Amino acid sequence: MDITILYYLIPSLFMFCCGVYGFITRRNMVAMLISLELMLNAVDMNFVIFNRFLFPGQLEGMFFTLFAIALAAAETALAIAIIINMFRVSENIDVRDANKLKH
Amino acid sequence: MDSVGSIIVYAVIAIAIIVFSVLAVTTRKILRAATYLLFALFATAALYFKLDYEFLGAVQIAVYAGGIVVLFVFAIFLTSRPGDNSAKLASKKRALGLTGALLTFLVAGYSLISRCSLWGALPQGENPDMQLIGQTLMGTGHGQYLLPFEAISVLLLACIIGGVVIARKND
Repeated sequence: MDITILYYLIPSLFMFCCGVYGFITRRNMVAMLISLELMLNAVDMNFVIFNRFLFPGQLEGMFFTLFAIALAAAETALAIAIIINMFRVSENIDVRDANKLKH
Repeated sequence: MDSVGSIIVYAVIAIAIIVFSVLAVTTRKILRAATYLLFALFATAALYFKLDYEFLGAVQIAVYAGGIVVLFVFAIFLTSRPGDNSAKLASKKRALGLTGALLTFLVAGYSLISRCSLWGALPQGENPDMQLIGQTLMGTGHGQYLLPFEAISVLLLACIIGGVVIARKND
């Protein structure tokens, strides 16, 4: 049995769909951020898989993933700063209370 | 033709990815969600190792598992009380989420199966050695990435300053 590219892409697709589900259903902002990380991670996996299967010996997909990981770290740090600020304003981190940050 | 060991390793990684990502979005305790996210990220790193990208797997473990998940855990400790459960989902919300996820899965899965079944097994290729990675990251020639590297460093600096400014107590 050969493990083709499809066998690698299906778990990644599944991870992305879990992220979509979590992002729609969750109200806690940290949980929404966790779902967002799942989606980002699934996309990173796709870059690496396509790079490995279609262009072995080249490094474009791998470097795109490296930079995407750095961007994800930056994005998470800023989002958590905003969440902590919001907790200070409204005593919870429910996304429906996010408009209290305006005042 | 893949060896039996390779197939077993693949199956373990794929099952881990699927199970832990489902658990991360369905559990009602937020700290458990962060833990399951950590395991899903570890499984992704194992997948990178299996595809011969050892440097990328190490970066994934160091940055995602070591940095981002720790940030999540601190944020959870700072913003929720112990024993908090998230409220039960309204069935309308759950139906909306399931519809969105299933539609994505069906559309993308159909296009994957109809397009990607052409390519065969993993092509031969050795993992890129550290010297090549370093030269690609630090070079200015064609297909080399010094400028994005510097841009990322400036972005991270801006992100640090922004994080401090936003999270600071303004009194």
